[in-house]
Amino acid sequence: MAESKDILIDYVLHLADNSMILGQRNAEWCGHGPVLEQDIALTNITLDLIGEARSLYQYAAELKGGDSTEDSMAFLRDVMQYRNTLLLEQKNTDWAYTITRQFFYDVFHYYLQEALVNSSDERLKEIAKKTIKESTYHLKWSSEWMIRLGDGTEISHLKMQNALNDLWEYSGEFFIPSATEIEMQSQGIGADLNALSVKWKSKVEEILNEATLNIPESSFQQKGGKTGLHSEHMGYILAEMQYLQRAYPGAEW
Amino acid sequence: MEIKLEEIFQEKIDQEIKIEPRDWMPEKYRKTLLRQISQHAHSEIVGMLPEGNWITRAPNLRRKVALLAKVQDEAGHGLYLYSAAETLGMSRDEMLEELHSGKAKYSSIFNYPTLTWADMGAIGWLVDGAAIMNQVPLCRTSYGPYARAMVRVCKEESFHQRQGYEIMLTLSKGTEAQKAMAQDALNRWWWPSIMMFGPNDDNSPNSAQSMKWKIKRFSNDELRQKFVDVTVAQTEILGLTIPDKDLKWNAERGHYDFGTINWDEFFQVVAGNGPCNKQRLKARVDAWENGAWVREAASAYAEKREAKVKNQIEAA
Repeated sequence: MAESKDILIDYVLHLADNSMILGQRNAEWCGHGPVLEQDIALTNITLDLIGEARSLYQYAAELKGGDSTEDSMAFLRDVMQYRNTLLLEQKNTDWAYTITRQFFYDVFHYYLQEALVNSSDERLKEIAKKTIKESTYHLKWSSEWMIRLGDGTEISHLKMQNALNDLWEYSGEFFIPSATEIEMQSQGIGADLNALSVKWKSKVEEILNEATLNIPESSFQQKGGKTGLHSEHMGYILAEMQYLQRAYPGAEW
Repeated sequence: MEIKLEEIFQEKIDQEIKIEPRDWMPEKYRKTLLRQISQHAHSEIVGMLPEGNWITRAPNLRRKVALLAKVQDEAGHGLYLYSAAETLGMSRDEMLEELHSGKAKYSSIFNYPTLTWADMGAIGWLVDGAAIMNQVPLCRTSYGPYARAMVRVCKEESFHQRQGYEIMLTLSKGTEAQKAMAQDALNRWWWPSIMMFGPNDDNSPNSAQSMKWKIKRFSNDELRQKFVDVTVAQTEILGLTIPDKDLKWNAERGHYDFGTINWDEFFQVVAGNGPCNKQRLKARVDAWENGAWVREAASAYAEKREAKVKNQIEAA
């Protein structure tokens, strides 16, 4: 019994870490966006993502019990305990990379919520019901930017194609199931990643086609994030994010 | 003719009738407002930087979300204010060009660095607090679009101020290290905050005209005094000390007396020699230049779409 609770916690943390780490990355843009309206729009998305992560961390903390809180989940776990995919910890680089990373996640995140609103876990179901409203908007926003920049100027097209080529190898990890995800799917709690993968590919192809961008030919996909094998970026992200909690243990803020 | 128009204009002002974009106004009124509103908009945008600096390091998730939302509000304020200023005949891009070239100013307070988390508290409490003192009267300023923008701005600012004070309160009840952090932030932000009201009245040449036009309603020194009076009591609740040995209650005046402001520092920062002037401006210029291809692509795509729609209509 205890073991099955641990698996659920691991799954909830995986979902939370995905949105948390992308939110943390996006937050770096706040005040530096290419135009004021889009600075505001990206911050809205960031707020949604961190808001979702909080709901999930709170759930994980309740499952875990003891002194656990949303903050101990986010601020007191180290790199190897984080469960987000590698894509989400990649650098912002520029608006092209940021939009492409966001778009890959939004497509996945949207279809994931579509599945989780039918989860047999009541709490995850409730969170997904709220999140799907937000991720519908996120997907619309990033799809429009993919199209606008892909089919904008020569320069923007080139930048988008480069970002797409570079980030492509991180797009498949969503669908390479971890042991936790396999177990969660079998219990009717988690999503069917194979089905999600088909929907993801079809949506991505549709948008990239309209954006006049080419799907990279390389099929090799990086993985590791779901089991704590992260890229070198992750240590820096957490060092920055967790600095105050680590430097002043136990303090209230 | 001109004299007659100016009389009608002043009459409206005296009767508290708002001036609207299409109304006749003296050229100097238009210029003064354009300068003031665009500076105000720039201050919001540059003001995102010192606080934005701490979003990724916020100490817990609640604070992170609140800080993000706050900095986003500032972007929103920038938008309302640029829109208000545009009604006076200058585009947002032109205003930004003046900011980037250094011709336009913004509030000097944002040229100070944010060194610790307590600075998020001190900025909310003191800087937003001082801004509110300045801005509440602007909700009744004579130019309609500015007054209306300020109503929205003020509502959010008062929320920011409470949020900042709450950070200070939490720190002041915390560990010794946190209390020291809060005191240090107060030490660094106090004087720059009371400088935010601008030069003393006898050294503020444009003030009289702005008062007559009801762009301004209170003098710099009046507002500054009001801010000091209110803030002393708040500081006592925090158990912190305002870094001014001359600060004391003056029963005769019914106000706190306070020490002499270092105007040399103020004018140095205005002139570009504050600790972060160069970094702040560079961050804005970088964001603008790095975003150029994005804005160009968005326009190019919009034009393509428009042409497509036009072709479809013609073909039909």
